[in-house]
Amino acid sequence: MLEINQLAARIEKTEILKGLNLSIKPGEVHAIMGPNGSGKSTLASVLAGRESYEVTGGTATFRGKDLLEMDPEDRAREGLFLAFQYPIELPGVGNSYFLKTAINAHRKYRGEDPLDAYEFLKMLKENMKVLEMDATFKNRFVNVGFSGGEKKRNEILQLLMLNPTMAVLDETDSGLDIDALRVVAKGVNHLRDQNHSFLVITHYQRLLDYIVPDYVHVLVDGKIVRSGDKSLALELEAHGYGDLAQTA
Amino acid sequence: MSNETVDEHLKKSYEFGWSTDIEADAAPPGLDEETVRFISKKKNEPEWLLEWRLKAYRHWLTMKEPKWAEVDYPKINYDEVIFYSAPKLAEDAPKSLDEVDPKLLETYEKLGIPLHERAALAGVAVDAVFDSVSVATTFKDTLAAAGVIFCSFSEAVHDHPELIKKYLGSVVPIYDNYYTTLNSAVFSDGSFVFIPKGVRCPMELSTYFRINAANTGQFERTLIVAEEGAYVSYLEGCTAPMRDENQLHAAVVELVALDDAEIKYSTVQNWYPGDENGKGGIYNFVTKRGLCKGRNAKISWTQVETGSAVTWKYPSCILKGDNSIGEFYSIAVTNNLQQADTGTKMVHIGKNTRSTIISKGISAGRSNQSYRGLVRINPKAEGARNYTQCDSLLMGDTCGAHTFPYIEVKNQSAKVEHEATTSKVGDDQIFYCRQRGMSEEDAVNLIVNGFCKEVFRQLPMEFAVEAQKLLAVSLEGAVG
Repeated sequence: MLEINQLAARIEKTEILKGLNLSIKPGEVHAIMGPNGSGKSTLASVLAGRESYEVTGGTATFRGKDLLEMDPEDRAREGLFLAFQYPIELPGVGNSYFLKTAINAHRKYRGEDPLDAYEFLKMLKENMKVLEMDATFKNRFVNVGFSGGEKKRNEILQLLMLNPTMAVLDETDSGLDIDALRVVAKGVNHLRDQNHSFLVITHYQRLLDYIVPDYVHVLVDGKIVRSGDKSLALELEAHGYGDLAQTA
Repeated sequence: MSNETVDEHLKKSYEFGWSTDIEADAAPPGLDEETVRFISKKKNEPEWLLEWRLKAYRHWLTMKEPKWAEVDYPKINYDEVIFYSAPKLAEDAPKSLDEVDPKLLETYEKLGIPLHERAALAGVAVDAVFDSVSVATTFKDTLAAAGVIFCSFSEAVHDHPELIKKYLGSVVPIYDNYYTTLNSAVFSDGSFVFIPKGVRCPMELSTYFRINAANTGQFERTLIVAEEGAYVSYLEGCTAPMRDENQLHAAVVELVALDDAEIKYSTVQNWYPGDENGKGGIYNFVTKRGLCKGRNAKISWTQVETGSAVTWKYPSCILKGDNSIGEFYSIAVTNNLQQADTGTKMVHIGKNTRSTIISKGISAGRSNQSYRGLVRINPKAEGARNYTQCDSLLMGDTCGAHTFPYIEVKNQSAKVEHEATTSKVGDDQIFYCRQRGMSEEDAVNLIVNGFCKEVFRQLPMEFAVEAQKLLAVSLEGAVG
């Protein structure tokens, strides 16, 4: 699904990713942990196609296509989704309208007709129910006046509505209380199957109790220095990054 | 955004850049008493109207061009402007559309104005003004059955002189300002609408304008009168072809609403704005004013202004009748090197009058936009209420937005509220939308539409769609 080879990237003059390798197959859930400044969010931004980051080396292929050559909207339409660490507010733009516009942009790319209003509302209602979201959400403006937890939940709602094959969750758990965490995980797990892959970027082991990863990687100073299964996360929780940071 | 992409967008951005090669019957350039007489004669006007024009012309000679607006443009050389231009038609006026010059009809076709069966289904009557002469007016009969008069101003002078005499200049006096005086001398044509007592006009009324021949000033004059209890919704929409020389557009619009009457005046303006270097483009110096003459009268101005190189206009309401209401909803878009100094004046005279002002300004490129608003509460205006909301959206780092609110309150029972916000369309917002599969253009449109929602809601539905498309075209390539 997603093959990343020796990826190097920088922002302005600062090198952040320095030869990152990662391979995610369909149906797999990978977690990335690492100390602050290691490049976790940079990785998310580079994959999504944020223009302020410059790729200086390496490759990234998504479903056989050169990801780095594609515009952000094409990457999205191919099936890549990023749940933002800091979701953006869009004043005046209704949540429901935003979702419908996004879904239809995807459908157009695939040569499909726009989703009819009835089907859309049905799908929206079902997904909002999974995420235990109040009906009023659909009429509010995208992220405007939302609490941190509501913003994250809204990201997952978009995830469910757009049904991407590859979802990158950038510190989705930061700022969430236990209940919100549980609901967010519920949403992610709702989508989890052979055709969906996830890259979960997180600081804390806690989220991984709910979204159990197949693989855990430790990112230090722009490179993945260690990989393992879910027990690696527990190990990090117990001992911190200490030794690994030295290894880099 | 790379320069290449911006250039691509700009090249295709102004769709209506072409002109018809119909031989125009035009006055020689420049303005003198002979020109005024020429215009009046061409239109076969009665003596009293010629005198009115001459009075205005003579006064205009004593006036000085105003310079107080926040706009900068090269001096207009009135000696080079052609003040009258009409397409050559057969000596007899066309009795049916079959008799209208086919090239003209083709013009309307391109502009998307249906002058035949389709129009009937759409239920929109169209008074098409080509350069300085009104051509076919449709649905006269249907409207006549309702008692509504909707014709060109020129026709009204002949068919309803008593109404013209009664109301012309009653809202915007000849000497009001430099441009209205000029207009009063050389106005070519426009619309006349009269809704008699108690009649609700059965359809949206619409008019299209077009400036064709080079150096032709467009000086249209529109008068709309709604008698007691009457209602009318009127839409003005403009397009103009690409030109290198600047073109002056100094129109005057007067609205009169008697007791319990309502006039809804909507404008979608798309005059050629000049190229990306600020060359060419229309000068739009317009005076629009509505008089709520009677009790409980209501006048709403809704405008979407995206064109013109320089825009200078303040659609206003004089709230004379007790309980009268004035509303102003505006979206003004400026891009490249456009400039706009626009806003409104709400003058509260009667008791318990209310006014609402919602102004949305979108600046992009290296453009400059100013909102200038006056809310004046006169001493006898007991219980006056005003609510003003003035929002600016800046796109990119080289544009400007300014606000000049004037609030003059001379009655202690008045309540005046003013809110203003300024925001920027950020890269973050665009990226967020793109990550959800939307193109950059779609993202900008989404955000801009959200910003403009309140005003779009005020537009008659058929034209809200056109307005949204227009906004999209105007802002192509604006984020970079």
